[in-house]
Amino acid sequence: MGEWFEQNGALLGLALLDGIASAALIFMVAVGLNLVFGVLRVLNVAHGSFFAIGAYAAASLGLLLASAGLPAWASLLAILLAAVLTGLTLGPLIERFLLRRIYAEESVLQLLVTFALFMILEDAQKLLWGVQPVSFSGPVSMMGTVDVPFAGDVIPYNTYQVILLPAIALLTLVGLALFLRRTLTGRVIVAVTLDREAATAMGIDAGRIYLLTFAFGAVLAALGGALSAPTASLVPGVGASTIVLSFAVVATAGLGQIEGAALTALMIGIGRSVAVTFEPELEVVVPYLIMVTVLLVRPQGLFGVLETRRI
Amino acid sequence: MTLRRTEILLALLLAAAIILAALSTPWLRFVLTIALAKGVAVLGILLLLRAGQVSFGHALYVALGAYAVAFLAPSVPEASLLLPTAAALAGAVGLLVGLFVSRYREIFFGMLNLALSMVFYSVLEKLYHITKGTDGIRVPAITVLGQPLEGAAYGWTVFGTALALAFLFGLFVRAYLASPMGQALAAIKTRETRLDFMGVSPRHVLLSAYVLSAVMAGCAGALIAMATRHVTPLLAYWTASGELVFIAVLGGAGGVLGPFLGAITFELVRVYAAATVADAWQMILGTVLLLVILFARGGIWGLVASWLGRRRAA
Repeated sequence: MGEWFEQNGALLGLALLDGIASAALIFMVAVGLNLVFGVLRVLNVAHGSFFAIGAYAAASLGLLLASAGLPAWASLLAILLAAVLTGLTLGPLIERFLLRRIYAEESVLQLLVTFALFMILEDAQKLLWGVQPVSFSGPVSMMGTVDVPFAGDVIPYNTYQVILLPAIALLTLVGLALFLRRTLTGRVIVAVTLDREAATAMGIDAGRIYLLTFAFGAVLAALGGALSAPTASLVPGVGASTIVLSFAVVATAGLGQIEGAALTALMIGIGRSVAVTFEPELEVVVPYLIMVTVLLVRPQGLFGVLETRRI
Repeated sequence: MTLRRTEILLALLLAAAIILAALSTPWLRFVLTIALAKGVAVLGILLLLRAGQVSFGHALYVALGAYAVAFLAPSVPEASLLLPTAAALAGAVGLLVGLFVSRYREIFFGMLNLALSMVFYSVLEKLYHITKGTDGIRVPAITVLGQPLEGAAYGWTVFGTALALAFLFGLFVRAYLASPMGQALAAIKTRETRLDFMGVSPRHVLLSAYVLSAVMAGCAGALIAMATRHVTPLLAYWTASGELVFIAVLGGAGGVLGPFLGAITFELVRVYAAATVADAWQMILGTVLLLVILFARGGIWGLVASWLGRRRAA
C-alpha cells in the first residue's frame, strides 16, 4: 500500500479533485430533479436537457461576448445569464403548457410525456448548435491554476474547477436548505411536498408552487450545464448521460433528500473519476454499481425514509 | 362477430398484406422483417405496460439476443439452434435482472432498466478486444435447418421466421393476458395491495411478465442480427429502448395487434423520414408521442377498435 501510494499518490490526488469538480455539477442537476419530483410527483426525464441547453447557451453567449471585445470576466456573467435565461424560458413554458395537462394522469403517462419532451429537446439542440463539438474555455484559462497540497505533494489544478464550482455547489446547498426551512415560500414548498391535499386545503395555491418549483429546478439544471461548459467541449448526448447520472444520485440518496444528494454526488463523482484514472473501462459502470449496491441493501436510498404504502 | 374473433381475422389480413407487399417490392421484405422483429419485442413492452410499468431499457435484451447470435454464429452456424439460445440467454439475464427490478415500480423500474441497458451499451462499446466496439461484429453466413441459403432465399426464410414468431408470440400473449397471471398484471396497475390481500405475490406476477418480455426481446434481437447480418452497440442504446416504448404507445397497448401495427407504421415512416429529416428524427418521434398520449390514447389499435365498434353498433 505504502509503495503504491508513493507511485500513484499524485494521480489519486488528481482523481479526487476531478471527482469534487464533477460532483459539484452533478449535484446542481440532481438537487433540482429531486425538488421537482418532490413537489410535482413527476420525474422529469427532460431535466438533463436543461443541463445540456444551459451549457450550449452559455458557450454561445460567452463566445459572443468575447468576440464583442468584452473583458474576460464577462464570460462568467455569460454563464449566469445563460442559465437564468434558459431556465426561466423553458421551465415555465413546459410546466404551463405540457405538465399541467397531465398531473391527474397515471405516472407511466407522465413519464412518457417527459420522455417525449426529452427526445424533442435533444434534436432541438442538434438543430440549433450542430453536432460538431463546441468549445468555450475562456473562464477556465482566465482564472488560472492553484496549487493544491496533497499528501506531501503539490498538485496544480485549475481554480475554476477546484474552487469556483465546489463553492457554487456549496452555496446552492446552504442557500436551498435555508430557503426551504426559513422562508415562507420555502416552507410552503415543503408543505406541498409532504401532503399536497392538506396544503391545498390550507389555502395554498398548488399551481403557483408547481410553476415556481419547476422553473427553479430548471434554472439549477441549466446553471449546472452552463458551469460545465468551460470544462469540456460540448457534444450531443450530454443530456442523456446527465439525466441518468443525476437519477442515480437521487435514487442512491433517497427521494427528497438535499444534503444526502450532495454527499451522494460527491461519492459518485469521486468514484467515477478514480475509475477514469485507474480503470478507464469501468468509468461508466461505477455510478450504477454504487446505485445498485445501495438499492439492494436499502431500497429507500441511503438517506431516504421508508414510506408506508397507501392502500 | 366479437372483437376478439375479429382480431384473428384482422391478423390474417395483415399477414397477407405484409406478404403481398414483400412480394411486390423486394426491399420492403427487409424493412418488414425488422418491423415484425421489433413488434415481437414490443409485445413484451405491452405486457409490462399492462402492469402500468414502462421499461426504458429493453434494448438491453434485444442487443443481448443479437450479440448472442453474432458471437455463436462462427461456431454454431445454424439458425434453429441460435434463435432458442439467444432467447434462453435473454430470458436468463431477464430473470437475474428481474429479481432486482421487480421490487421497484414506475420511475424506479423505468430508470433502473435504463441504467442497466446503458451499462451494457458501454460494456459493448468499451471492451474493444472482445466486441470490436462501435464497429460492431459481422454475422457470418448461417444455415437454416442444415440448408445453406443465399441471397433472396435466405431473406425470405428470415422473413418467414419473423412472421411465424410474430403469430406465435401474438397468440401466446393473447392467451397470457386472458389467464389469471395476465389479469393480475392489470391489478398491479390499479391496486397492487389488493393482490397481496388475495394471496397473490405481485412481485412474482411482474417477474414472470418481465422474463417473458426479455425472452421476446431476445428473439427479436436474434432476428434482427440474422436479417441485418451486422450488430453494433447502438442496439442497446437508450434511443433503441425509447423506440420500443414509442412503438408500443403508437400501436396501442389495448391488443396484441397494436405492437405490429405500430412497428410496421414506424419502420415504413422511418424509411422515408430518415432520408429527408435525419437530424429531426427524434424530434418527430417525440412530437408524435406527445400527440398520441394527449389526443389518441389508444394508439392505432385503439382507433381501429373504436371504428369496428361503431360499425357493429350501426
